[in-house]
Amino acid sequence: MKVVILGCSRVGAMLATGLAKDGNEVAVIDSKESSFVRLPKDAQIKRILGGGVEHDTLKKAGIEEADVFLALTNSDNANLTAAQLVKQTFKVPRVASRIYDVQRAKAFEGLGLDIICPTVDTVEKFQQFLKSK
Amino acid sequence: MYIVIVGGGDVGLSLTRLLQEEEHEVVLVEKDPERFSKLSDELGESVIMGDGAELGTLLNMGANRADVLVAVTGTDQDNLVICQIAKLIYLIPRTIAKVNDPKNEELFSSLGVDATVSSTKTIASLIEEKIDAGMAIPLLAFKEGGVEIFKTELSKESSLINKKISKLKLPQDCIIIAGLRGNEVIIPRGDTRFREGDTIIMLIRKERKEAFKRLFLEAV
Repeated sequence: MKVVILGCSRVGAMLATGLAKDGNEVAVIDSKESSFVRLPKDAQIKRILGGGVEHDTLKKAGIEEADVFLALTNSDNANLTAAQLVKQTFKVPRVASRIYDVQRAKAFEGLGLDIICPTVDTVEKFQQFLKSK
Repeated sequence: MYIVIVGGGDVGLSLTRLLQEEEHEVVLVEKDPERFSKLSDELGESVIMGDGAELGTLLNMGANRADVLVAVTGTDQDNLVICQIAKLIYLIPRTIAKVNDPKNEELFSSLGVDATVSSTKTIASLIEEKIDAGMAIPLLAFKEGGVEIFKTELSKESSLINKKISKLKLPQDCIIIAGLRGNEVIIPRGDTRFREGDTIIMLIRKERKEAFKRLFLEAV
């Protein structure tokens, strides 16, 4: 599987590392060179410096042949824009985005985007903890 | 009209002032606390602090009764998402976004933003206009169908003058929709002849723009 990950955040880096270990072809895009320190030095991961709404950067990461695109920057709007760009323009078959804002997550889910909302997931975890005693 | 402007930079501020002078009801939204306090010194209660991409911010200011939303923050992704929320959730009939990277223009209109303004593109087209012999001034670009309306004034060298329209060799996918002679509007027919100094208004498919330009540069 060819995977492009936007954002070498903690989640992005951990996902990328795992996917690469499992034999997938992985490219990570980040606008800050320093973010790439989160990736293990010997990991077979392509590191692309740039923004996720830039056509050239996405192409460098191999978006045209990608099977999956994961938007994992810390900005909800950057993730939403990149996800829509990648779906619409580059026809990537599977696209998912992390959106912190619950209401924004719901609104764009309604538009047919696949969204993972850590806020909802975290609240659920805490609720489970409180119930479990 | 009730107009919501998101982004209190120079563009947002000037736009707010201008529209208020024209007696519109305008609310400006600014996210940064420091910039907000500067803006509120000048604009008073017309500016509110908040993130325009957050649904609550727009709800509090009654965005559902807004006629127009203008997103002029410094980043394209914020402008896009703000316009999409305005359309989807608050059903604001008209949304306008500033686009910093001209490559994003197409994406924005395909995702439902009604109009985009790109200063890069505007400046580039102004430079081109200066260079072009036939000044083709874009008047309107449509979201659907990739067509644009242009106007241009016919010079005395133009191959379009003093000939019946039916005899003109116009590029494919290009029609003359009107002519202007002084205050007179000419609705063109096959036997209409244009004269030097007439302004013509044309509808043209975007991909034929180069052929159109050639017509005005060489043949005109």
